[in-house]
Amino acid sequence: MKLLRIENTPHIRDVLTTQRIMLLVIASLMPAAVSSVVHFGWRAALLIGFCMVFSTACEGLCRILMKREQTIRDGSAALTGLLLALNLPVTLPLWEAGVGCFIAIVAVKQLFGGLGQNFANPAITARIMLMLSVTEDMTHWIRPGESYDAISSATPLSGGEASLADLFWGTNIGGCLGETSAAMLLLGAVFLLALGIISPAAPFSYIGTMALCTLISVLANGGDMIEIPYQLLSGGLLLGAFFMATDYVTTPITTTGRIVFGIGCGVLTFLIRTFGSYPEGVSFAILLMNILTPYIDRFTVSHPFGVKPQKGGAAK
Amino acid sequence: MRRLHGVHLPHAKSTAAEPFQPLPVPEKVLIPMQMHIGTPASPIVKLRQSVTVGECIGTAEAQFSADIHASVSGTVTAITEYRPVKGEPCKAVEITTDGEQTPCPAITVPHYSSRAEFLTAVRHSGAVGMGGAGLPAHIKLNPKQKIEHLLVNAAECEPYITADDRIMQEKFALIIAGICRILEVLEIPSCIIGVEENKPEAIRTLRKAIGTRSQITVRTLPSVYPQGAEKVLIYHLTGRIVAPGQLPADAGVLVMNVTSVCFLEEYFTTGMPLVSRGITVDGSCIQEPCSLTVPIGTPIRNVLDFAGCDMERMARLISGGPMMGVCLPSAEYPVTKTTNAILALPEPESRPTTACIRCGRCIRTCPLRLMPTELEKAYQRRDAARLRRLRVDLCMLCGCCSYVCPANRPLAESNGLAKAFLRKEATR
Repeated sequence: MKLLRIENTPHIRDVLTTQRIMLLVIASLMPAAVSSVVHFGWRAALLIGFCMVFSTACEGLCRILMKREQTIRDGSAALTGLLLALNLPVTLPLWEAGVGCFIAIVAVKQLFGGLGQNFANPAITARIMLMLSVTEDMTHWIRPGESYDAISSATPLSGGEASLADLFWGTNIGGCLGETSAAMLLLGAVFLLALGIISPAAPFSYIGTMALCTLISVLANGGDMIEIPYQLLSGGLLLGAFFMATDYVTTPITTTGRIVFGIGCGVLTFLIRTFGSYPEGVSFAILLMNILTPYIDRFTVSHPFGVKPQKGGAAK
Repeated sequence: MRRLHGVHLPHAKSTAAEPFQPLPVPEKVLIPMQMHIGTPASPIVKLRQSVTVGECIGTAEAQFSADIHASVSGTVTAITEYRPVKGEPCKAVEITTDGEQTPCPAITVPHYSSRAEFLTAVRHSGAVGMGGAGLPAHIKLNPKQKIEHLLVNAAECEPYITADDRIMQEKFALIIAGICRILEVLEIPSCIIGVEENKPEAIRTLRKAIGTRSQITVRTLPSVYPQGAEKVLIYHLTGRIVAPGQLPADAGVLVMNVTSVCFLEEYFTTGMPLVSRGITVDGSCIQEPCSLTVPIGTPIRNVLDFAGCDMERMARLISGGPMMGVCLPSAEYPVTKTTNAILALPEPESRPTTACIRCGRCIRTCPLRLMPTELEKAYQRRDAARLRRLRVDLCMLCGCCSYVCPANRPLAESNGLAKAFLRKEATR
């Protein structure tokens, strides 16, 4: 007689898997990726494709060298490559993008143990490393339609002129591939929120805090209210809030923790944009909050049902 | 009141409209002496003794136990060691049936004039919690605390199972009469029946049967697993919280499964002890999913044969629901007092297990607001202090965390192991 299988409970599972989550996030970034190709031309597609393939290759090689089981099929490396590409200017030399992929996958992710173990967001850390090391190439912004060797133009945050409609549709402004079209990013964000892949806690508290800080600043210094949507739509805020501040691995695990994380990101971004020497603060803000995540987690432990809160924390 | 979390499962209740049909009496039954929580009963029959339906074949001196009765008429052909899938080995009585199903002549309708006599009668019925827990009914019905609400658990939140649903649709009058009896004897002022909203027919039938009795209400619960878990049910029906280490009675409520209530009323009207029960037979390897009334002790093989089972495709045989049911190693195991469903399932789809991606789904689904992924990490380190601090002891192994985990991590299993680990640590 055929032997029956003995397994632990439960005997059924939900359809969502790690791989499906990664693929859904990649899919949600496709509108932004396509829009960057429309705005900046074929080289945007090349850069995105290169980063996705090279990141996956880095991950695969790393797993082979470290003699660990192969993980490229989970899609997380491809997603990191895509996110990094969306944080790069279209004119960046491919070898520099490759260095970025290497930093993201090897230094930030695999050396710490691979998926789920990295303390900082790989794409953001790689972007910051590139910003600090090849600053000139990383800030060579061209406007849509300009030739790739055109003289760098200013981004809206660094003093360039742009209308709100330009910011929203990504027309006529310079910036990273994924930063320029708010509409396409929002489309992807709505998709992820609707499917429950990302929780609204961090992005909403992030954007809300940003809006509030700008409002206070406008009221205190006397300015135009248009500054608020301007701040929210420009730079990498939407990309950061919906696609980086929602990264499962490097942000707090509870809803309360995620709200704290978002507020922290908002305050830091505002401070850097207003008082810092860099025009854009999203990457630094998220990286700093990534580092604080274990501490936030520690202070936002969920409270079991029916247990009375105990002072001093330690239960018997 | 914020509802406790849980998961939306596919209902798969394909037998909700299938009336109970009696399973033909099997050739042999194997009746274990322990189908309840507590001390096992001791066999009081001898080899080759002839028995009749409802005759007591096992009894225990201990208070915390339940009597066992013959479910068929025939001859005792063996008294063997029985090794259940879960729990300690015990004795079991094998009866070869004569096909007559002669009722025991000693059976009379029980009479009582006091609460103590009522409880004695219940004790002799062999009644246990039929939803799966198996707590002897005379223990449950004898709380020391003052009870304000009798809660009838008819949530039946696991997929596939419709045994309670069918009972409510077919024996609504007995259920309501049983509730009235318990309310009267135990002097409980009110009763709430909690039913998940995916059983509209049962809800309608019960409401009609209740009529103008204002002390009984039917409350519709959302179809979110695990509505039927005791603490969850109590909280959602009354807003009361059963603190860790306390019993429902401490919160002034008494929870009974609807099938148990129905059986008690049947017993008090006919005198026939617990000798058969309704079960759901389903799963994708079953050709004709059905609801069956089965003598206790019937080998599951007979049930599978009756419903038509694709034995080649069947890889998992589950007693109970797909969330908390146990895998049986063979079809020779008997139907017990607590078996509410038999599921024949194929090999599971293969799913890769990845590292935890910290998505937090397990935390957001845990009805008791535990942190399964943190517990898993703590158990991997065998960190007893952290396991205690994060209260792994409260885990009821409902399986929501494992169900939702995209990384396919066995979180509930880890919690079960962690609980056992803590118990071992405590006795060291």
